[in-house]
Amino acid sequence: MKGARRSMLYIPGNNPGMIQHAPVFGADSILLDLEDAVSTGEKDAARLLVAHFLKVMDFGALEVTVRVNGADTEWFEADLEAIVPCGPYAVRVPKCNGPKDVQKADAVIKRLEKEHGMDEGSVMIHAMIETALGVENAFALASCSPRVDALTLGGQDLTADLGVPKTREGAELFYARSRVVIAAKAAGIASFDTVWADIGDNEGLLEETRKVTGLGFTGKAAIHPGQIEWIHEAFRPAREDIRKAERVVAAADEAKRMGRGVVAVDGRMVDAPVVKRARRLLDLAALYLCETEDPS
Amino acid sequence: MCSGTARAGTLESSDCLVTVGPGSGVTLEYTGGNFFLFRRRTQAIVNEILEARAVENAFVSIQDQGALEPTLRARVETALDRAFRKKGDV
Amino acid sequence: MKNAVTNSIGRRIPQKAEGLGRFRPFGGSFALVDAGEEIPRNAPPMRPEQPSRSKVRKSLREAVERSGLQSGMTVSFHHHLRNGDALLPMVLSELEAMGMSDLTIAPSSLTGSHDCVAGFMRRGVVSRIFTSGLRGEVGAAVSRGELDIPVIIRSHGGRARAIEEGSIDIDVAFLAAPSCDPLGNISGARGKSGCGSLGYAQVDAAFARHVIAVTDGMEKYPLPEPVSIRQHQVNSVVAVESLGDPSKIATGSTRITRNPVDLRIARNAFQLILASELLAPGVSFQVGAGGSSLAVASFVRNHMRTKGVKGSFGLGGVTGYMVQMLEEGLFDCLYDVQSFDASVRDSLAENPRHVEIDQSLYANPLNRGCMVHNLDIVVLAALDVDVDFNVNVMTGNDGVLRGASGGHSDTAAGAALSIVVAPSFRGGVPTVKERVQTVVTPGESVDAIVTERGICVNPRREDLLKAASKAGLPVMDIADLKRDVERLTGLPEPLAFDETRPVALVEYRDGTIIDTVYRVK
Repeated sequence: MKGARRSMLYIPGNNPGMIQHAPVFGADSILLDLEDAVSTGEKDAARLLVAHFLKVMDFGALEVTVRVNGADTEWFEADLEAIVPCGPYAVRVPKCNGPKDVQKADAVIKRLEKEHGMDEGSVMIHAMIETALGVENAFALASCSPRVDALTLGGQDLTADLGVPKTREGAELFYARSRVVIAAKAAGIASFDTVWADIGDNEGLLEETRKVTGLGFTGKAAIHPGQIEWIHEAFRPAREDIRKAERVVAAADEAKRMGRGVVAVDGRMVDAPVVKRARRLLDLAALYLCETEDPS
Repeated sequence: MCSGTARAGTLESSDCLVTVGPGSGVTLEYTGGNFFLFRRRTQAIVNEILEARAVENAFVSIQDQGALEPTLRARVETALDRAFRKKGDV
Repeated sequence: MKNAVTNSIGRRIPQKAEGLGRFRPFGGSFALVDAGEEIPRNAPPMRPEQPSRSKVRKSLREAVERSGLQSGMTVSFHHHLRNGDALLPMVLSELEAMGMSDLTIAPSSLTGSHDCVAGFMRRGVVSRIFTSGLRGEVGAAVSRGELDIPVIIRSHGGRARAIEEGSIDIDVAFLAAPSCDPLGNISGARGKSGCGSLGYAQVDAAFARHVIAVTDGMEKYPLPEPVSIRQHQVNSVVAVESLGDPSKIATGSTRITRNPVDLRIARNAFQLILASELLAPGVSFQVGAGGSSLAVASFVRNHMRTKGVKGSFGLGGVTGYMVQMLEEGLFDCLYDVQSFDASVRDSLAENPRHVEIDQSLYANPLNRGCMVHNLDIVVLAALDVDVDFNVNVMTGNDGVLRGASGGHSDTAAGAALSIVVAPSFRGGVPTVKERVQTVVTPGESVDAIVTERGICVNPRREDLLKAASKAGLPVMDIADLKRDVERLTGLPEPLAFDETRPVALVEYRDGTIIDTVYRVK
C-alpha cells in the first residue's frame, strides 16, 4: 500500500521557515505552492527556493507535491523545468478544465524526465478541478494519463466560477464533491477535498472531513499545521470496525495457513474484497497507534 | 557581467536578504547573527555560484537571518537572475 | 594554558588560579561515591546578644555596620525575585558607598536584573563571583576578561555543597524577604514581592555567619506559619520601600508552546518515556520551565489522566502546569525549590501537599536526602550538545557566557531517565557539535538527546535503545543526526578563544572542575 495520504498540508513556496520544517508538522503529504500562495513578483524566487530544498532536504516519509502555475500562465514551463528534475512525487496542475491541460503538463514532464535521465513516469500529476468545466470532465481528467494519480478539488475557485457563496454546510459543493470522488474511484486514483479556511474552527473542520470521507474522499487539504490532527481524527477507524477487521484478517490468515479456499467469520462466508478492505483498515489503524494527543 | 542591481529574499527569520550589484572583482558583505560562524561557508557558496555563471565582477550583500544553505543558494541565484534580467531590459 | 590537566572527559582545566586556590579535575559523575569520604559541615558561630523584641535596624547601612562586613569578605543573595530583583543592586550600591571593595559575591544566580554587577566589577567593588548563571552585560564583561579572577559556576546542588563544606564561606547573607516580622521570621508566600519558595535562601540562612533580612512586607510578630526561614537564623531586619518589580517576580503562567517544532520534539520525548516503562504508578518527575520540556509534561499529564496512573511526586523549579497536575491528583506531593509564577506561589501557601524544600535537600549530592536522586524522569533543555552527549547550557554560539548551570547536571545525574530536548538547529546553526563549547552536564549522565528529527539514545543505555527500537520510535545515531543537519546548515567555523585566559570555571556538583571557559577573542 502506498503511503498514507489522509492530509496534505499547503506550504507557501516562498517561505523557507516553513519548508525547512515540513516533516515536523505531522502531515502525510505536503503541497509546496508556487501558485496562489506566491505573489507575481516572487514567482521566480519561490520556484528556485522549492527546487533547492527538493534537491538537498530529506523529507522522510512525506509525499512531496508541488503546485505549479497554470498551463495558461507565463510561469508554467519555467516551474516544470525547475521542479521536475528535482524529483517531487507529483506536480499539481491547477485549474484543469479538460484532458488537454493534463496532456500539456504530461508532455513537458516526459521531455524533462528524458533530458535528466529520470525513469519515465517517475513524476506523477495531480489534476486540480476548480471550474464547472473541470467538474464536467472529471473522469476524463482522471483517466487521460497514467501519470494522473489524484484528483483534487478547489472549492474556493469553483464556487466563484459557479457564482455562489462558499458556505459552511457546503451544499453548493455536494455534487462536485461526489462527482470528483466517483471519477477518481472509477479511474482507480486518489481524491483530495478542498481546504477548510477557518483555522479557528477545528470542530467544523472535523465535521466537514467526516462528511467528505463519508462521501469517499481519500484525503483532505490543510492550510495550517494545527488542522492536521483534526483531519487525521476524522479518518480514524472506529474501534468496533477495527475489531471486526482483526477477526476477518485472522480468519483469512488461518484459512491460508490451512490451505482452505473459503474464509469464514462467525460461521459466515467472507469474500475476497471484504478481506482486502479489512487489511486496508488495519493498515490505517496502525497509523494511529503511535500518535499522541496534542496538549490541551 | 552584472550591471543591474537586484534583491531577493526577506529579513524574516530563517531567510536572508541578498542584494547583487555591479562591482569590481567579487566582494561579499555578509552580516547577521551568524556572521562569525558561517563567513567562510557563505563566501564559498557565493564564489561557486558566480563561477558557474562566469561572473567575475559583482558586489553581493547578504543579511542572514539564520538561513539554511538551500535558502541561501536559492536567494543568491534569484538575485543574480533578476540583476541580469534588469540589465537585459535596458 | 599553563599548569593545566586533562579531566576524565578530555577537557583542559587549570590546576590552580590566583585568588581561588587549587582545583581537582572531574573524574566521573559519581566519583565521590566511589571515594566514600566524609566531609564536615561549616557551621555558623553562636553569638551573644542583649534581649530584645526587635531586630529592625534603622537602615541598611546600620545593619551592614553591625555585621562587621569589610572589604574582601563574601556576601550572598538568592535569586527568587528573578528578573524583578532590586535588592542585589541596592546592597552593592550601599556597600560601594560605604567604601567597600574586593568583595566576593555568591548569589544563587545572576538574572537579567543584575547587569549593574558589570559596573561594580569594573570599579573594583566586586572581585570574585560564585554563581550558577551569567547573563547580559555581566556575562559579556566576564567573557571579555574584565574580571581578573575567574568566575566559578556551580549547579544548584553544587552551591549548596560548597556552602555547607565552607568552600563558599558566607560572611553576610542579604536575603530578600517578601514577608517578614521584626524578629526575622521570613516567608516567600505573601507580600507585594511574594515569590513562593525560598529554597535557595534557606541554605544561606543556615550557614552564613551573619544574615540580614531585607523586606518590603513587614508584618507584626509572630509571622503566621508556614515560615520559610525562622528567626534563629536571622541577625538583622531592614525595611525598604520595594524589593523589586512584582510583575517580573511572580509572572503569569507559562503556556504550553504551540510551536510545531517544539511539539514534535516533545512528542518524541514522550514516546521515549513511554517506551522506558517508567511512567508507572509512583513515578516521580521533573521538567524544565518552558518550550519543549514543558510540553512533554502535557503529554505525560494526558497519559496519566487517561490511564489512571498516579505519580508519587513532582520536583523543581515548579511551574503552574505542575501545580495543576498536583491539584488533579496526578501526584501525591510537589517539592518546590523555586516557584516560577504567581499560581505556584499561591499553591505553596495554601496546599499542604505543595512543599518548600531547600537547595541542599533538592540537589546537594552529599545530602542524605538529595531529592534529585529520587527522580525517575527529568526532561531538560540545552543550548547545544555534542556527539558524546555532553551538554552546554552556559555559552552561546558566539562563545559568550549567557546561561545558567542551575539544576541541569544535578537532575541529569540523579534521574533514572535523563532526556535532553532541543531543536536540531536554531537560527540556522546546528545544535549537535563535534565537541560542545562548554560542558556543564557530562554525557555519561545523559540518556537521550531528542530533537524533532528523532531520538538519539546514549550507547551506554543498551536497554533503552532496545526498548525504543522495539516500540518503533524514530531512533537515530547522533553522528548521523549531526551529518544530516550539517548538510542543510553547513559546518560552522570554530570560534577563536584566548586559551591563556580562563574567565570562568565550571565546577561539577561534586566540587571538581568539569570545564573551562576562555576569554573570547
